[in-house]
Amino acid sequence: MQIIPLFVAIPLGVAFFIPMVARKRPRVADTLANLTTLALFLMAISVIGKNGVYWMGGWGPFKHVPLGINLVLDGVSVFMLITIALISFLVTIYSIQYMDKFTAKARFYALFLLMLAGMNGVALTGDLFNLYVFLEIASIASYALVAFGCEHEELEASFKYLVLGSVGSTLILFGVAITYAMTGNLNMAQVSSIIGGELKPIHLFVVALFISGFGLKAALIPFHAWLPDAHPSAPAPISAMLSGVLIKTIGVYAMARVMFNVIGITPLTSYVLMVLGTVSMVVGVLLAMGQDDIKRFLAYSSISQVGYVVLAVGIGTRFAIAAGLFHLINHAVFKSLLFLNSGAIEYATGTRDLNKMGRLREKMPVTSTTSFIGSMAIAGIPPFSGFWSKLFIIIAAVQAERYGFAAWAAGVSVLTLAAFMRLQRRAFFGERHEAYDSAKEVPGTMQASMVGLAILCIVMGFLWLPQARETFLIPAAKVLQEGLNYASNILGM
Amino acid sequence: MADKGMTPIVKTITGWVKGFIMLFGIYIVLYGHLTPGGGFAGGVILAMVFVLLTLAYGREEALRRFRIGVASELDSIGALMFLVIAILGIAGTLGGKFFTNYIAKANPGTPFELFSAGIIPLCNIAIALKVASSLFLVFILLVLMRVIHDPREKA
Repeated sequence: MQIIPLFVAIPLGVAFFIPMVARKRPRVADTLANLTTLALFLMAISVIGKNGVYWMGGWGPFKHVPLGINLVLDGVSVFMLITIALISFLVTIYSIQYMDKFTAKARFYALFLLMLAGMNGVALTGDLFNLYVFLEIASIASYALVAFGCEHEELEASFKYLVLGSVGSTLILFGVAITYAMTGNLNMAQVSSIIGGELKPIHLFVVALFISGFGLKAALIPFHAWLPDAHPSAPAPISAMLSGVLIKTIGVYAMARVMFNVIGITPLTSYVLMVLGTVSMVVGVLLAMGQDDIKRFLAYSSISQVGYVVLAVGIGTRFAIAAGLFHLINHAVFKSLLFLNSGAIEYATGTRDLNKMGRLREKMPVTSTTSFIGSMAIAGIPPFSGFWSKLFIIIAAVQAERYGFAAWAAGVSVLTLAAFMRLQRRAFFGERHEAYDSAKEVPGTMQASMVGLAILCIVMGFLWLPQARETFLIPAAKVLQEGLNYASNILGM
Repeated sequence: MADKGMTPIVKTITGWVKGFIMLFGIYIVLYGHLTPGGGFAGGVILAMVFVLLTLAYGREEALRRFRIGVASELDSIGALMFLVIAILGIAGTLGGKFFTNYIAKANPGTPFELFSAGIIPLCNIAIALKVASSLFLVFILLVLMRVIHDPREKA
């Protein structure tokens, strides 16, 4: 399994290579970045269904005690790698023409690939401190990317994001430090076998630190204040990456991995996750309702949708986790699509204000159609992908006899539909406004990327078919649901 | 040139010590695997030479000796060098794993001598390049940013 470290090494290497060779040649930067994300996507496809532990430098475990640092490829890692690679590939295609209006394209791709390396690292690592390091790589690259336009609003948003993101990282680092003090070890598998599911008060403190830290990264309410500023300020491809993948990888995935596989899930933790998920779900969509800035609206809606994933993961049955992960990848696809649509509108009309749009459907047919598909998918209209994942989350909640949570999930789905109908009416249907005259359809690669994502919104529902489910979603859910067996799987005990 | 920077005393002393500081930085890097220190610490000392030059002679002098473009290239080269050393470990005959210490496996050397720890000194050199150039860049960019917003400099 020599391919495992390359998931981190390739984007990291190209990230430093691009500024050297392509600073004055934007097309070279485009080509290199697109080839890299394509290669990562193909590599991610090639590891579906495979498992492996990679010991760095050949320092394997000695009598079941780990000596070195390891990378772990298992069901959830593969799932995250695919999600990251899929979205980043389509987003780099979109960036080719969208980013032409910015200078310094080489730097954009360098930061983008650095963020990608960080996220792949988070998905693969088997070491708590490495988790923190990769998380910081991804976060710091994203702080810079949010400020990429260098306007007043962007710098302010980036600063807010930087401060709150650093608070989150510090909480996580505290958690890691206390874990190290308790167990004398940082290897996730070893820590997990030492704690062994017995939670003392100090462990509960660690759980609280990790939930707040990763909650800040995942922008769960009440830790969400930075997201509605940071995500709209970034260039559209980056908004798509941040909302589509970053908050899930370094927030939800990392939290689930630590809670389930390292510390061990307890009824209390599980209940806290469900409550946090439900609060985010409800408050997020209510806050989204009143927004006039299209990207701010989408950002609030991301908070709400991530709430669904956290709720499902919190329920903790294998079916619920699989449904949650299904919603995670679906949301990555349709939220990226919607952010790319908003970027297309901004590209064509120069505004993000819903009050200035209207009837853009006539001028921008591709953007309008794909945005309609994305909206229907996120609102949970059959047969689009979002319908299936929300349905399975609700069924899972009912099966686990969490009727209240199921009712909230169903209710929020209706509110989401209302919110997105409002978006569609004001942007693409309804009355003409000043943005109408200047609007025209966006260039080819941007269209191609949006169409690709829209097609995925329709076909992703098939992931739940037994064949696909058994190779992709269920193995991922199984790793989390089996919890502390993680240790014996890795150390071979 | 004459009216920039600090007094002639500081300038003269800086001129005398800058070479020694740099030599000390290089020593810390090259002996990183034997004594306390290493790529990061040595890199910081190397960057401090140019920080000292900026403080004593003004930023033009420091930028004349270490241009931003060069620093930026070295920054990337350091990172790439580190990565290439690590990736070479994967190549079959050399060991077979990412970050395998293939030089030490083929030729262990005598412990506590300069040529002994395989790829570790090479990694230290790569880290030193990266740290020295990026720390200098961070410092010089903060200096330049201050100047842009300083109304006295507009004239």
